[in-house]
Amino acid sequence: MSEVEEMLKRIQGHKGVIGIIVVNSEGIPIRTTLDNSTTVQYAGLIHQLSNKARSVVRDIDPQNDLTFLRIRSKKHEIMVAPDKEYILICIQNPSDN
Amino acid sequence: MPVAAKPALKKPVDTMSSQGLASKKASKGGKGKTPRGKDMDDMSEMGEVGDEWMQQKTMVKPDDQLELTEQEMKEEFTRILTANNPHAPQNIVRFSFKEKVFKQVASVDQLAIHFTLDGNMLHKDSDEARRQMARGGLAEAPSEPAVAEGEEKAEPAAEGGEGEAKPEGEGGEAEKEEGATQTAPAAKDGSKKLTNQFNFSERASQTFNNPYRERGTQTEPPPRVNFSSTANQWEIYDAYAEDIQRQEKSKEKKGFRGQQESTSRKKISAIESQGDDISRIEKPAKILERMVNQNTYDDIAQDFKYWEDVSDEYREQEGTLLPLWKFSYEKSKRLAVTSICWDPKYRDLLAVGHGSYDFLKQTRGLICLYSLKNPSFPEFIYNTETGVMCLDIHPAYPHLVAVGFYDGSVGVFSLTEKLQEPMYKCTAKGGKHTDPVWEVKWQKDDLDNNMNFFSIGGDGRVVSWTLVKNELLCTDVILLKLDESPADGADGTQLFTLGCGTAFDFHKQTDYLFLVGTEEGKIHKCSKAYSSQFLDTFDAHHMAVHSVRWNTFHPKIFLSCSADWTVKIWEHTSNMPLFTFDLGSSVGDVAWAPYSSTVFAAVTSDGKVHVFDLNVNKYEALCEQVVVTKKKTKLTHIEFNPNYPMIIVGDDRGYVTSLKLSPNLRKIPKEKKGVEAAKGPEVEIAKMDKLLSLVREPPPEKK
Repeated sequence: MSEVEEMLKRIQGHKGVIGIIVVNSEGIPIRTTLDNSTTVQYAGLIHQLSNKARSVVRDIDPQNDLTFLRIRSKKHEIMVAPDKEYILICIQNPSDN
Repeated sequence: MPVAAKPALKKPVDTMSSQGLASKKASKGGKGKTPRGKDMDDMSEMGEVGDEWMQQKTMVKPDDQLELTEQEMKEEFTRILTANNPHAPQNIVRFSFKEKVFKQVASVDQLAIHFTLDGNMLHKDSDEARRQMARGGLAEAPSEPAVAEGEEKAEPAAEGGEGEAKPEGEGGEAEKEEGATQTAPAAKDGSKKLTNQFNFSERASQTFNNPYRERGTQTEPPPRVNFSSTANQWEIYDAYAEDIQRQEKSKEKKGFRGQQESTSRKKISAIESQGDDISRIEKPAKILERMVNQNTYDDIAQDFKYWEDVSDEYREQEGTLLPLWKFSYEKSKRLAVTSICWDPKYRDLLAVGHGSYDFLKQTRGLICLYSLKNPSFPEFIYNTETGVMCLDIHPAYPHLVAVGFYDGSVGVFSLTEKLQEPMYKCTAKGGKHTDPVWEVKWQKDDLDNNMNFFSIGGDGRVVSWTLVKNELLCTDVILLKLDESPADGADGTQLFTLGCGTAFDFHKQTDYLFLVGTEEGKIHKCSKAYSSQFLDTFDAHHMAVHSVRWNTFHPKIFLSCSADWTVKIWEHTSNMPLFTFDLGSSVGDVAWAPYSSTVFAAVTSDGKVHVFDLNVNKYEALCEQVVVTKKKTKLTHIEFNPNYPMIIVGDDRGYVTSLKLSPNLRKIPKEKKGVEAAKGPEVEIAKMDKLLSLVREPPPEKK
């Protein structure tokens, strides 16, 4: 159990990482390191996008499944790791110095 | 009428005779008595009366009547009346399928139906009649006494003629009577219905109408939940996959009921205990961590994959090593890397053993397994009490790691189990070494399909360990006896002084052949079959041999490195080394390249990595590069990656550095222009042979 906690702490402390959000299958954020309003926004929007992306992958081949999703924008990168019950979202600034 | 009374047989005669008579009558001019032959016999007085009436009548002759002479009229025609139907066909022909010919039907149906009428009369005793009666009125049984009653009542009623005489007294009976009268006529065919004005009474009464009351209840509406879902191809696929899984589970359950129940119970309890836990996101968290790392070390990952040193084209033979990731773990910072090993199955996994080479400072040990995908944190960590000196991953079962410790014990860790302790550990009684274990190596499964591995220790023993059930059984394979004659012990037994083994390596092709390097600088060629004697001994070095390695392709060549600053290449049939290289500092480790039979690399205590390619340059290294940042860091181990063009180097500060080999270092010699460079072990061997032929002394042409 604590291994996972440590892992999340490590990710949070990694270079350039702005925040982590854990969202459950209904789109409700369970755990976050960001402020409330941002969290809610990210959770709702990313959850829908992740489901859509998964739907795309699986429609093409039902035996396939989505492993992860990266959205790179000008300012930072949003990384989404979906699971059966949870979605992990991480916002990182890749070229942070 | 008189005509009708006569038999039909005589009809035509009748008509003729009647006509004839009629004409006779006419000719006679009407007399009182008209002789009508036989007909007249039956005539009674009425006929005579009729005669007179008829005489007045004149014979009317139709215009189209045949004019016949009297003679012709008297002529009697015989007509035969048969029962034949004059309209029936006489020659019906039917096709006989039996004889395949048209045949005349023998007898023709003569029946002519003129008129049909379906009657609807039933016999009163028949079933249908009884049913109708039962339906119409009272049952048959009461109807009979009622019939009797009705008859009785009917009689006086009929006689009296006043049914109203006793209306009230017989109110009830009268009703019965009515019912009876209604059934009675139905029951008795032919009895008259007595519903006339005199004895027919109607009775009616008004009952109380019960007041209507309305009653209702209201229930709570059942709880409703809105359900919506999508039906995609993959959702259907998921449902089917789940179903198959369930079926398989039920099949398994039938097979292993007891075991399965207990394990399933454990699983259920484990899942329940997790509950709302964060541990369920372990897998996505891992993926996320790797993603973050990939971002951070993005340039390194790109280099690893795609970078080829362009400047190699300008440098004739030299190559470079490009530093890639650096693996470290905070707790390993003070421990030296004592052993590194690539996982044979998972190409990105590498195992690092940490311990200490310092005899005086002995601390705990550490085993870390890193993945190239996550250079910042190890995938698996195992803490041990004593320093880890060597480790090896089983080629077939990549979850088993054999480990040799500084205190002389060996253990086997299983990566799938979440234990911090080794799964198997040898005990002091079990024959562990009395000095540090310098190398362990997995062997092929023995005859009983038990896994086994070999270890070599500072106490001079090469021991074979077999994993039997939960234990490690040890067998001494060979003792490294020194050349001195055995001294006499106290009891008269002979004491052998044992050397100290520091390295060993098994031949790639011949299973039983292996080399042992000792601290005295000797290399022994041994066989698993002979436990008391060496096959051969090489006086290899002046100081301890740090590593011996058989060539990846060529079956006769091996490499040795030592603390006396040299690296030597030998052919195991000859006592003299083929090549000797002086590297200027104690050589920690040496390794052959997996892709070429002539490339090898060595690491020294001054932090340099030397890469040689004998095919290109027999005397000098192609690359000599310092790979550690701090001076004074000694490099302890080196390993080539079997799949990618990279090497990993461990140092005594606890860091593992990965380096990419530049193209010059991975050269495969071109045969000719246009011809594809052949690959494969045979080619490598041939390459080596060609090389050797140049080096070997000409007279004894040994191969």
